[in-house]
Amino acid sequence: MAGKLDLDPRIVARARALAAKAGQPVVDLARSHTTVSVERAVLRLAGVHGADADGIPWVNRLVDAVRADVGLGHGVAVPVLHAALTTGVEDLTVLAQKAAAGAVRFAVPEKKSEIAAARRRARKAAAGGLKIIDRRRAERDRLIRRYGDPAQRPWIYLIVATGDIHEDIPQAQAAARAGADVIAVIRSTGQSLLDYVPEGATREGFAGTYATQENFRLMRAALDETSRELGRYIRLTNYASGLCMPEIAALAGLERLDMMLNDSMYGILFRDINPIRTFVDQRFSRQVHARAGIIINTGEDNYLTTADAVEAAHTVTVSQLLNEFFAHEAGLADWQLGLGHAFEINPDLPESFRLELAHALLARELFPDAPLKWMPPTRHMTGDVFRGNLLDGFFNLAGALTGQGILLVGMMTEAVVTPWLSDRDIALQNVRYVLNGAGNLHEDFVPGAFIRGRAGQVLGEAVELLERIVDDTLMEAIADGTFGLMKRPADRGKGLDGVARQEDDYYNPVGELL
Amino acid sequence: MIVRPYGDTTGDGMVQLSFTLPIPHDKRAEGAALQLAGKMGMDPAMLVHAKPMGDGFTFFVVYGKVGHLVDTERVQVVERDYPLLSAKEVNAVIKRRLRRRLNVVGACIGTDAHTVGIDAILNLKGIAGEKGLEYYSELSVTNLGAQVSVPDLVETAREKKADAVLVSQVVTQRDAHLHNTRAMSAAFREALPAGRRPLLIVGGPRFDELMTGELGVDRIFGRGTTPREVASYLVHALIESKSKS
Repeated sequence: MAGKLDLDPRIVARARALAAKAGQPVVDLARSHTTVSVERAVLRLAGVHGADADGIPWVNRLVDAVRADVGLGHGVAVPVLHAALTTGVEDLTVLAQKAAAGAVRFAVPEKKSEIAAARRRARKAAAGGLKIIDRRRAERDRLIRRYGDPAQRPWIYLIVATGDIHEDIPQAQAAARAGADVIAVIRSTGQSLLDYVPEGATREGFAGTYATQENFRLMRAALDETSRELGRYIRLTNYASGLCMPEIAALAGLERLDMMLNDSMYGILFRDINPIRTFVDQRFSRQVHARAGIIINTGEDNYLTTADAVEAAHTVTVSQLLNEFFAHEAGLADWQLGLGHAFEINPDLPESFRLELAHALLARELFPDAPLKWMPPTRHMTGDVFRGNLLDGFFNLAGALTGQGILLVGMMTEAVVTPWLSDRDIALQNVRYVLNGAGNLHEDFVPGAFIRGRAGQVLGEAVELLERIVDDTLMEAIADGTFGLMKRPADRGKGLDGVARQEDDYYNPVGELL
Repeated sequence: MIVRPYGDTTGDGMVQLSFTLPIPHDKRAEGAALQLAGKMGMDPAMLVHAKPMGDGFTFFVVYGKVGHLVDTERVQVVERDYPLLSAKEVNAVIKRRLRRRLNVVGACIGTDAHTVGIDAILNLKGIAGEKGLEYYSELSVTNLGAQVSVPDLVETAREKKADAVLVSQVVTQRDAHLHNTRAMSAAFREALPAGRRPLLIVGGPRFDELMTGELGVDRIFGRGTTPREVASYLVHALIESKSKS
């Protein structure tokens, strides 16, 4: 459905070129640094698992031990595997336990042959983890062939968030039976700022359920059962964001999650995580997602919850272009880019729905092969649930009319309660009505001058902003509040102490294999 | 004034109600829904909609008449002692009257690692669709996070020239939240003279909002407080009430 807006291909090409120019320094920064979480992800893929008696994962204990002895800048792979070779402790989890007890010291070997031997072992260990990820991806392809994709686009995306994985499972299965194609398990409030990934099945969380490997495994197994029952592959989503983004990306690959929330700037802007930490973690996590065949969902919708959706429309476009650049650079294909945007224009504004259509269609035509993630109204949802249901209906219609790929189902009780069973049922009824009644209306929909003009205007403003970002650098733009009105300087924010510049002999076997 | 609900005629007492019962939809389920409506005072009650949801749940919509009278003279409400302002209004008052940004320092003190409360109030993300204090352009917010020691908090407040210090205490055992708060207010009293001491505000689900004097703080916020209430209070306490006196 390309071509309805008559976008000038030269302006589109210019926007992409500017995004690449703005993004490149950040990629260079990401390639020359590492973080504690990247190194922990490497160890997870190399087979370190479990946690100590206090619930601190062995990967954390091991990275801390290596860091104390030789720093982070060489990467942990060589010191750890060198220690494994010299002590004869082959099992890296056992090595972590011994190191935590103070029985192992780490060093960067001096002899070339020792370095080569440690690297060889590290590569072999990391390849073991990647092999599991490859197997999981093949398994997904097989299941999709067997059970099939959803019959319609957009895919219907629903959230569960009880805090208790054993309560989430029946709710997720019920949501799938009621029509959901994608289930997202919201994380507990505050997990993004934990510098470790909790272990095991969890039953208590604040407004969400902790992302843990065991919770991933349990939910995926339950949805496999439901996919079989429904004859439709139900996708599972979680969040590769916050301080442990690379590790969670690795766990998602190991447990066959299908989509991950993974935005290049969300953590910086909305969680005050250090910009360098975020960009380094981002790049690694996207490389893992690329390998695992996971669709990422970016978070542009969030800008519109803080800034005005009309005034700031072009910042969404700019962020989408940057997210696309960073994603391609990390190896993700277009079909894996669930670029985000949202229906957040004040409904009291004259022509608000036409403006929404212009913005949604602009995203569609700029990224014709990406499965765009279409987010429902939140900012202008009040306690008036009747009006909210109407607004959600128009949101669904805009989604159908502009060919969105993934539709997050809006709840009329947004801003009132976490969704009740009946709220979800009414919301799905709303989606079904719109898709049944008007799902193919895009065939008859030809935008006029108003929508075409507005789309062209937003694209023009996006190009202007990109030009400014190229001049000032992206880091400066983030520091002075360009996105979502948040000011985040590069030397501030959480997690900066977990960042290290790569030494000349830095070695990361996973980075090498990806 | 004595009133009753209004459907389409004065005094008809009509109300609408929707709810879910955890039973499959059948005749008996509809009867159960009407029984509930009756017990809630709807007489007669009309079941206008019943829909099965998944396995073993039914959603109902009921319309009906209630006989209850409401006396508006006898309504009791706890009045907020300051006006609730929008973010725009808060920013405007600070800009106009203070002519500089208002400095806020926040932290969880003691061993409490739960930043849920302080983050809900301070982080841009906010809570329940309402943005946190970082969203306010005229507020300069420093969020120190969790497990901050009282001396560090005092030091940061001094360094940032804090107008207000916000402390959150979520998880507490054996009244730790009260001990921590007393220690905090005592440290500020010791470190800074009365005129230069920041406004001290504590919040958390276990506090009694009436204990300000006993704890040595200016204000206590309980469960369900929103960022906007805190921002409005800051403007009221630091700008509006000072200029009046």
